[in-house]
Amino acid sequence: MTESKGDQVSHTQPAVDTVTAPPVWEPLIVAFLCNWCSYAGADLAGSSRLTYPPNVRVVRVPCSGRVNPLFIMSCFKKGYDGVLVAGCHPGDCHYVKGNYFARRRMPLAQELLQYLGLEPERIRFDWVSAAESGRFAQVVQSLTEQVRALGPYVVNKRDA
Amino acid sequence: MARIGVFVCWCGSNIAKTVDVEGVAAEMGTVPGVVHSTHYKYMCSQPGQALLRQAIAEHRLDRVVVAACSPRLHEPTFRTCIAQAGLNPFMVEIANIREHCSWVHSDRTSATAKAGDLTRMAVARARRDEPLIQTEIPITKSALVVGGGIAGIQAALDIAGAGYQVILVERSPSIGGRMAQYDKTFPTLDCAACILTPKMVECASNPNIRILTHAEVEGMSGYVGNFEVKIRRRARSVDLEKCTGCGVCYEKCPIKVPSEFDGGMGVRKAIYVPFPQAVPNVPVIDREHCTYFLRGKCKLCEKFCSIGAVRFDETDEVLTEKVGAIVVATGFDTWDPSAAGEYGAGQYPDVISGLQFERLANASGPTAGKILRPSDHQEPKTVVFVACVGSRDPEHAHPYCSKVCCMYTAKHALLLKEKVPDSKAYIFYMDIRANGKGYEEFVQRVVERYDATYVRGRVSRIYPLDGHLVVKGADTLLGKAVEVHADMVVLATAMQPRADAKEFARQLGVSVDQDNWLTEAHPKLRPVEVLTAGVYLAGACHYPKDIPDTVAQASGAAAKVVDLFAKPHLLSEPMIASVDDMNCAACLLCKEVCPFTAIDVAEITDMTTRKPRTVARVNAGLCHGCGTCVAACRSASIRLRGFSDDQILLQLESLAQAHGL
Repeated sequence: MTESKGDQVSHTQPAVDTVTAPPVWEPLIVAFLCNWCSYAGADLAGSSRLTYPPNVRVVRVPCSGRVNPLFIMSCFKKGYDGVLVAGCHPGDCHYVKGNYFARRRMPLAQELLQYLGLEPERIRFDWVSAAESGRFAQVVQSLTEQVRALGPYVVNKRDA
Repeated sequence: MARIGVFVCWCGSNIAKTVDVEGVAAEMGTVPGVVHSTHYKYMCSQPGQALLRQAIAEHRLDRVVVAACSPRLHEPTFRTCIAQAGLNPFMVEIANIREHCSWVHSDRTSATAKAGDLTRMAVARARRDEPLIQTEIPITKSALVVGGGIAGIQAALDIAGAGYQVILVERSPSIGGRMAQYDKTFPTLDCAACILTPKMVECASNPNIRILTHAEVEGMSGYVGNFEVKIRRRARSVDLEKCTGCGVCYEKCPIKVPSEFDGGMGVRKAIYVPFPQAVPNVPVIDREHCTYFLRGKCKLCEKFCSIGAVRFDETDEVLTEKVGAIVVATGFDTWDPSAAGEYGAGQYPDVISGLQFERLANASGPTAGKILRPSDHQEPKTVVFVACVGSRDPEHAHPYCSKVCCMYTAKHALLLKEKVPDSKAYIFYMDIRANGKGYEEFVQRVVERYDATYVRGRVSRIYPLDGHLVVKGADTLLGKAVEVHADMVVLATAMQPRADAKEFARQLGVSVDQDNWLTEAHPKLRPVEVLTAGVYLAGACHYPKDIPDTVAQASGAAAKVVDLFAKPHLLSEPMIASVDDMNCAACLLCKEVCPFTAIDVAEITDMTTRKPRTVARVNAGLCHGCGTCVAACRSASIRLRGFSDDQILLQLESLAQAHGL
């Protein structure tokens, strides 16, 4: 296993006895990234060879305003551990106002989910511009650590 | 049944060093719907693309997934490639396993797992890909320029010069705008009319330009390349073809009215041309002041006109024109300083505005170019100029800086000295903004050679005393209160948008900012466009601007128009929203949130009840495909092609399944 200098999370798995030991849990996080800013920022993080934990899976959307809060609910219903929605900074939206609607919807979604018992640290709504590669890496890093600390998300907690 | 082909790229060692590409390709072969899965060193290369096309033919693939670098790089490459193989170009999905995977992770196991996941998600998305068509939208290759000032004139000349027809609409009886009101322009001290009138005449003689004066745009519909505009040509009451511009009619007219062109400092007649160099040089009858229209008497103009050009019975004419692009160049107004009681404007006749001083200085102005104060027509010997009247004042007027006042105040001080050699100018200022080419040098010249005294401080009060005006202010550099006994005071009033700018802009689909200036598409990178495609901005209607910047922006807008017209046709954006008429209840929340006013209301006949009802309708020419409407729709009646709810949810589903969730 190679470990690069920047990695703050160890990916080494202990030697696993496939019959008896279960695999180590890793958070699974979905990131909705807008094509013009946050997705481009993530691309730049790649070009710049920054490192961050491999726990995020990206869903590209044209605009953060495309993200229906029901997607987030759907994510948790399916059992994901965390969700990131990242858009352009206010005023910079490629489509002028889409991120303003996201700005209104996401906090509402967070509050509603919190009311339903979801830990608010599992959802992150943030702005990442196309130039902010470092910020993207840092957002992914901190969200992954937060979610890791919370443990796996258990759907229907009363059954757990 | 979808037949998906997956192609995992090594990208040399960029991906393959960290991701087991062969393993991912093998894994994808087990995914339902994938009939062919392979890997190659460089998918974007010639042989790589050939491999792709060959596989499409050999395995009868109807959609393709390429796991490689960012789609922001090579999506167009692979779209073109599969189109060459006979597939619709939009039947390809790219999984980003380089920028988002191999380049940011180092552990092979987790990176490979992630690459597999991302490719699997792309396969799920591809399952719901549909062929998308880009339709050709024809372009009407003629332009409308609204506003006949220097901005509109420049834009019209540039567009006409490129060979396209232009309609130039101007509200007042002549083109020329604000610049025609000025005497000299800074910093060159060119005579404004001397540099403007040749351009005005060029417009009039250019066969590609049709000038409509005393006319206004009343309505606009349509979209880029296909606008329909309504223009009201108000009744001039003088025949444009017959009139020779001899001027006898306005010489004989007995009615005098304060002249708008002179800022109220002089008079014009009820039948008038606004200034001697007017284009067209044909007078207009002001029906609100003409004796004939008020009381049915007089008609002296008609009596003295030797060729019978006066037409009292003329009526307004509403034209409907089809154009492909619109340039908005409607200019500015100035702030009325009588709102600031402390300056005494509107109360004391010798407190005038910068524009009014310009008219005094102008040879064809109310005083034939002599600086004479309004109260007694004497030459003022001490003149106080007050800068920032209505500008940089968020509490009482406008928060912004009007950009040109520092320069024209310096110019006025210079003109005053030239015309009244024994005069003395005091300029109360906050800062000196002289940042154009030659501007700083100009101001220094005025200070050093024209004996203008700059006092850094605000004016608190102006009041009359013994036949002159006492100007009380502060000199912050000396730390003292000062008082100047002036013969005349000139207030550098703020530039502000036209009173009807907001309403007019809305008609054209242009938004305004908090100060009612027209909003550009992007303040840095798209300063001459607006968010409505096909509409462009030029000049001070956008923001306070001097003449060089106005001309530059006008030419920039013209270049954009010519760029549009140079295309054979427009291609519609394929990934746009569309409404399901059957489901839509016309709550119109989508219409409210759309940033591009791309959603309208349409009437359909309901298929069940056979009765008419309204639904939302997306204008394919205006929709940019952001999806804000889709997220807003409460009944899932609107979908975004290329980023549908299905495609997104299936990605989430396939990922969850892969992780055993």
